Amino acid sequence: MHPPSLWNWEPGQRVILAALKSPEDCAWVEEPHASPDGERLASLAALAEGGFSALVNGEMWENTFEKAWYPRFSPDGRFTAIVQQDGMWTLAVDGAAWEESFDYLWGTEFSAEGDVIAACIQSGGEYGLCLNGAPWETLFENANQPVLSADGQSSAAVVQLESLKPADLDDFHKGVFGVAVNGEAWDANFMNVWTPTFDPQGKNVAAQVRTSLYDYSIAVNGKKWAGNYGCVWEPRFNPASGTVVAPVRVKGAWGLAQDDQIIWEPRFAQCWHQVISQDGKSIAAIVAPQFGQFTVAVNGKPWSVSLPVVTDLSIARQGEVVAALGCADNRDWRVMVDGRLWDGVWDMAWAPVISPSGGHVAVKVERAGRQTVVVNGRVYPREFTKVWEPIFSPDGTKLLIRALDKDAFLRIVAEVGRA
Amino acid sequence: MGITERLIEDAGLRRGVSLLTPEKIEKTIVAVLQGETGARLKTYAETCMRCGMCAEACHFALSHPGDPSYTPAGKVHQTMSVLLDKKGRVDPDFIYGMAQLAYTECNLCRRCVHLCPIGIDTAYIMSTVRRICHKLGCTPQYMQDTAHSHASTFNQMWVKDDEWTDSLMWQEDEAREEFPGLRIPLDKEGADIYYSVIAPEPKFRTQLIYQAAAIMHMAGVDWTMPAQTGWDNSDMCMFSGDFEVMGRLKRQHFESAQKLKVKRIVMGECGHAFRSVYDVGNRWLGWRWHPVPVIHAVEFYWELIQEGKIKLAKKFPGPVTIQDPCNIVRGRGLQQKLREVTRFLVEGDIIEMHPNMEHNFCCAAGGGVINCGPPFKNVRVEGNAVKAEQLKATGVKTIITPCHNCHGGLHDIIHHHKLGMDLKFLSDIIYECMEKPEA
Repeated sequence: MHPPSLWNWEPGQRVILAALKSPEDCAWVEEPHASPDGERLASLAALAEGGFSALVNGEMWENTFEKAWYPRFSPDGRFTAIVQQDGMWTLAVDGAAWEESFDYLWGTEFSAEGDVIAACIQSGGEYGLCLNGAPWETLFENANQPVLSADGQSSAAVVQLESLKPADLDDFHKGVFGVAVNGEAWDANFMNVWTPTFDPQGKNVAAQVRTSLYDYSIAVNGKKWAGNYGCVWEPRFNPASGTVVAPVRVKGAWGLAQDDQIIWEPRFAQCWHQVISQDGKSIAAIVAPQFGQFTVAVNGKPWSVSLPVVTDLSIARQGEVVAALGCADNRDWRVMVDGRLWDGVWDMAWAPVISPSGGHVAVKVERAGRQTVVVNGRVYPREFTKVWEPIFSPDGTKLLIRALDKDAFLRIVAEVGRA
Repeated sequence: MGITERLIEDAGLRRGVSLLTPEKIEKTIVAVLQGETGARLKTYAETCMRCGMCAEACHFALSHPGDPSYTPAGKVHQTMSVLLDKKGRVDPDFIYGMAQLAYTECNLCRRCVHLCPIGIDTAYIMSTVRRICHKLGCTPQYMQDTAHSHASTFNQMWVKDDEWTDSLMWQEDEAREEFPGLRIPLDKEGADIYYSVIAPEPKFRTQLIYQAAAIMHMAGVDWTMPAQTGWDNSDMCMFSGDFEVMGRLKRQHFESAQKLKVKRIVMGECGHAFRSVYDVGNRWLGWRWHPVPVIHAVEFYWELIQEGKIKLAKKFPGPVTIQDPCNIVRGRGLQQKLREVTRFLVEGDIIEMHPNMEHNFCCAAGGGVINCGPPFKNVRVEGNAVKAEQLKATGVKTIITPCHNCHGGLHDIIHHHKLGMDLKFLSDIIYECMEKPEA
């Protein structure tokens, strides 16, 4: 069921599945996956007689396959898996395989609404993407780093445009890589291209490029910025202005450039994972003001608190909340919100979730093998065997908690004020 | 005596040198020396007394007795010292020789640090020379091709994305014949262990993936392997001097583990990758330590043994000897754990080479030397006659070494010197000797 506004947001708990059972005809059942709306729990299952299928709320898919892997729920709640049939690979969606199949298929991606499902394909030794089963018209010698626009109408990947002979330095230096958008290559080759990314409208693509072993820059729709940098990281489009913002390295220090103009002076030991609010006015990034000390900078100003490692940065739509995680040696995880550390130290934490209208932050956390959620700094008063990342209701007043309590799958709607 | 008398033709070096001008050379050298070095290099340059004690440290020097140009101090004398003295004003022919020496006659093994009375790290100096060579575009052809592969595919052997998971599934299928129910779990979020390997494993040493999966399965380990890039922990860019791509590789590796929220990374039996992950690449990215704990296979197997999770049906017949990989022994101090694991697995003695453990001689393949390819094979084989003598003196049939480069290097030495010895990874022996399901 989709969109979230149509989900059941009545506060309370429902038992979706009383017990995880492994049917007798299964050799084993793999890790469970919860649907976004919390109404279904699904796992791939290896059949005792050979082959694979899936269990969804305890019911086996009618179809079985030679192999199945990469189980994922789409945002609109369809359970998908990459499957092999008669030696060919395709995608099964709610148990039904696409009509098209390929020599290999991998890397399932979804549009924001979930209506478009994309995957990488290899067919006859050529590579590209397929959308809802339909492959690009043109395939390439190689295609990797795939990306799907938010609306799912466009897809892109880094592609290899010419063959390279073994250890062929000359042709590599001439540049044989580019970006293909919907199967059509940019009219520009580079030595290397990384992390193509769409703007929110899915009309423009920016990517990191290297034009020599030493000259890094950003290309937008195939046109490279005039400036070269010592290194760059992944670009992001400003949703409001359409400008492109990317970390750049100058004389050994990192800053941010926007459309080839420095907007954060290069003074950081690291700067990456920038996020931009929808109004385009707030830019946040994970930075290291000094070697070994990481924090978050908002509009160029670092928070005063730092930790050895900072990850999972997110920003509210209007930029009023910025949240991240920090840790030391992958332990002692802390939640960082607007420059302050929440109380509580965790063995592991997952990416902070900010309510759609801002103002609330929820985080899945784990300690001593038990998982729960922390909401606005307060720990939810129950622990579980497992929880999935929490989801706020569209108005931000409710929180959906999908949890395994021992082997029962629970769907809990909590009121945020009481969570 | 010197590098100019033993130049070897290499397409990558020749190509790079052909594009150089004196102005470009000087500008590049000055930029690296001023922008990327500091007190450390200056201290080393000013305090080396030319005492010659490092000569006893280097397998190249010991394998070429009477030729000081192979000593660590001699190598610095022919390269960095010249750059500093001439302030970068050297000609392209000099760059060719400097590059050949830095890339193929020094394994960056750091043994000489131990013997230098003032602790000069010649490997750091030679790494800086390599960095300059990279910035000048003068790197051996095969090493540079490996760096290109890293940059283009995030692995060192041009393995395409589908080939990675396809290889894992193939090994999983094979292993299930022997271990019913065995899985190689891909992208399993929250697993205790993220297992990473180097590209030769899916490319042509797939039995190592099979064996790792068998060990994980029988030990009941909660583990995963990534379905997408980041799986290759190797890093020839660290050795070619392309630190920007080195950082890109290590970022991909660590972030793929962070994304899966695993507790630790366990690396397969590779030495140089370990150096890149725990020491060099992570620090280029600004992390003081690795952001996710990294455990080498030696330490991991040691843990499993301590916990009683590896059960043997038999012991491997000894005696054996051990080749200590530089980057996990001199670099991380795993020599005792390596021996404890070996004693657990082997019936019979460990016949030690001398010197051994943290003073062991390098295999002469490490530091990217083997990746410089066929033109330089004889440089490392003949440059490690001392290793052949060490191996022969043990009188054993089996060498255990938990490092891909050591395997490659010793394999060539064994054949060249007709030693008739066998090489084993620890996982070869664990797999051979561990309890397995009854057929």
